[in-house]
Amino acid sequence: MAKVKGAIVVNTERCKGCNLCVVACPAKVLSLSPDSNLKGYNFSYMSNADSCVGCAACAYVCPDACITVYKVKNKTE
Amino acid sequence: MTLNDIIDPKNLVYAKTKVMNDTPMHYCPGCSHSVVHKLIAEVIEELDIQDKTIGIAPVGCAVFGYKYIDIDWQQAAHGRAPSLATAVKRLLPDRYVFTYQGDGDLAAIGTAETIHTCNRGENIAIFFINNGIYGMTGGQMAPTTLNGMKSTTSPSGRTVPLSGHPLDMTKLLAQLDGTCYVTRQSVHNIANIRKTKKAIKKALENSMLDKGTSVVEIVSTCSAGWNMTPADSNNWMEQNMIPAYPLGDMKDI
Amino acid sequence: MEEVRLMKGNEAIAEAAIRCGCDGYFGYPITPQSEIMETMMAIAPWNTTGMVVLQAESELASINMVFGAAGCGKRAMTSSSSPGVSLMQEGISDLACAELPCVLVNVMRGGPGIGTIQASQADYYQSVKGGGHGDYKMIVLAPASVQEMADHTVLAFDLAFQYRIPTMILTDGIIGQMMEKAILPPFRPRLTNDEIREKYPWATLGKTADRAPNYILTLELYSEDMEIINLRLQANYKRIQEAEVRYEEFSCEDADYLIIAFGTSARISQKVVELAREEGIKVGLLRPITLFPFPTNEIKAYASQVKAMLTVELNAGQMVDDVRLAVNGQVPVEHYGRLGGIIPTPDEVLEAMKRLIVNK
Ligand code: SF4
Ligand code: SF4
Repeated sequence: MAKVKGAIVVNTERCKGCNLCVVACPAKVLSLSPDSNLKGYNFSYMSNADSCVGCAACAYVCPDACITVYKVKNKTE
Repeated sequence: MTLNDIIDPKNLVYAKTKVMNDTPMHYCPGCSHSVVHKLIAEVIEELDIQDKTIGIAPVGCAVFGYKYIDIDWQQAAHGRAPSLATAVKRLLPDRYVFTYQGDGDLAAIGTAETIHTCNRGENIAIFFINNGIYGMTGGQMAPTTLNGMKSTTSPSGRTVPLSGHPLDMTKLLAQLDGTCYVTRQSVHNIANIRKTKKAIKKALENSMLDKGTSVVEIVSTCSAGWNMTPADSNNWMEQNMIPAYPLGDMKDI
Repeated sequence: MEEVRLMKGNEAIAEAAIRCGCDGYFGYPITPQSEIMETMMAIAPWNTTGMVVLQAESELASINMVFGAAGCGKRAMTSSSSPGVSLMQEGISDLACAELPCVLVNVMRGGPGIGTIQASQADYYQSVKGGGHGDYKMIVLAPASVQEMADHTVLAFDLAFQYRIPTMILTDGIIGQMMEKAILPPFRPRLTNDEIREKYPWATLGKTADRAPNYILTLELYSEDMEIINLRLQANYKRIQEAEVRYEEFSCEDADYLIIAFGTSARISQKVVELAREEGIKVGLLRPITLFPFPTNEIKAYASQVKAMLTVELNAGQMVDDVRLAVNGQVPVEHYGRLGGIIPTPDEVLEAMKRLIVNK
């Protein structure tokens, strides 16, 4: 049985904390960080990284092209 | 499997296109402008036309569009982008030429240029951001502002006796013999973002087919001007703007 | 081989533009200059040189088409008459700010308002002082014959590109409509895109891998940077003032009195010089060919030779200000002009000159 695993990298300095990726993620992976970047925005991060399936929904909706998405098809250990 | 195993170039599924540079965009958080910029840059990369594309920026929030998409740009006087694009395309017929205009630029001060450019059937793409407000000057009423919608120059909401009706420019442009593709899209969710990207691609491709002008309106949000969070703006737009400006192709020949 | 033709001034502009490698003409009809576009449409240069000729929906559109074309390093031009040129002013200011070379023709008619279709020189201020917003100038050429209408068209393109500046041919309905013999300039091919890329590296022809994107802009929100743009423009105007003054003199060597007049007024004034000399009054004529740069130093030099100066203009007295500035009070400077499209007779001007002699 193949399980899809994904991960994202947020360009935290480019992120404006608009929250659209958080809303768009079907797996509830993302949250806005309590920390803020140099511009004062609470950037997005994977608060629930295990659930990410690499669907890239977050990256498609991100207005500022902050999110890079990776995905592997992995046999269950 | 650790995160570091997954985050590996061979597993990459989505990254910012190289046609969009690293300069942070000046738009407010969650702005539709940013999404559309990103899509245009992605299409330019996919069509491999970075060296053949000339963008015409408007006056309005997108006046700085040139800073983010790495192509040659000209910046037009308010409303005149279609005139610049006309001349550029006529003199460089093998280039992809597009204008990027807001509602004030395209549907108020530049109405004549927009209509006549489309009527001549110039082989250009027009990307029209309709968020029903003047964003850059601080949230004044636009020709596309909905009835009842508040702005700094319609503080109690737009009324017909005072300001007339919201102008559906795209519907008007679809009537003209010079247009070949006229569509209205939005970028408030993934499905619509994908459709908008397709429309942008088609409009740019059309510009090489000698078919006439392509117009892609993108019904958009302005969360700062509307005084809402980006997510609420998207919802508000879906409930209020889209009924007044219904999505879909109006013309495709 | 030289080609000599009897033609209207407006036609000469059209012919010369096509011959000197113009890439695009964008215009809107208005009397008394519509022959420029009509001539081009009749010649149909798109079949020969590939030049684009387009009738726009307004002067606003035409000037902005010029902007688009000029931004690509193309040789672009428009023509209009006074009210139409007023409409273009925002675009001209933008062209000046973006340092775009282009040629603008104003075949002046009488204003203000829609005014009259008869000839006038009342747009002197508008042309040489920067008619639109902001601190800017154009090079302004003032032809006085059909031959010069052709020659100045070629010169205007050359100066525009040499200095990256909008260049205006400021003429009037008389020179535009009158027929004279003119030698047409030789054919010069249009530049290819590769040649433009080489000569004008700023042009927006498409960003190739070997360079950063090119931007043609007129907006700069940071005051420090906007000042830098302004200082660069001013330095350019200074260079132009030093190098490009053009004028012509008639019977000035022994003159006691000097007339200063351009274009149509200079033609009338040439006759005045003859009439005055028949009566024993030694009058000379200095005809500025460039209105910006203005022959300030040349006029100033005459202030120590002549007893008084008279400007003759088809307006209420505009260039007279620049002559007074040049002379700086050394000798009396007066103006004579008729308004509303009326052309003064040489006798009328001579009378004005005699009044000046008596009153000085
Ligand atoms: S890739 Fe998909 S699952 Fe992963 S964070 Fe983004 S939206 Fe959520
Ligand atoms: S959508 Fe983009 S900008 Fe907005 S919070 Fe997410 S990563 Fe940041």
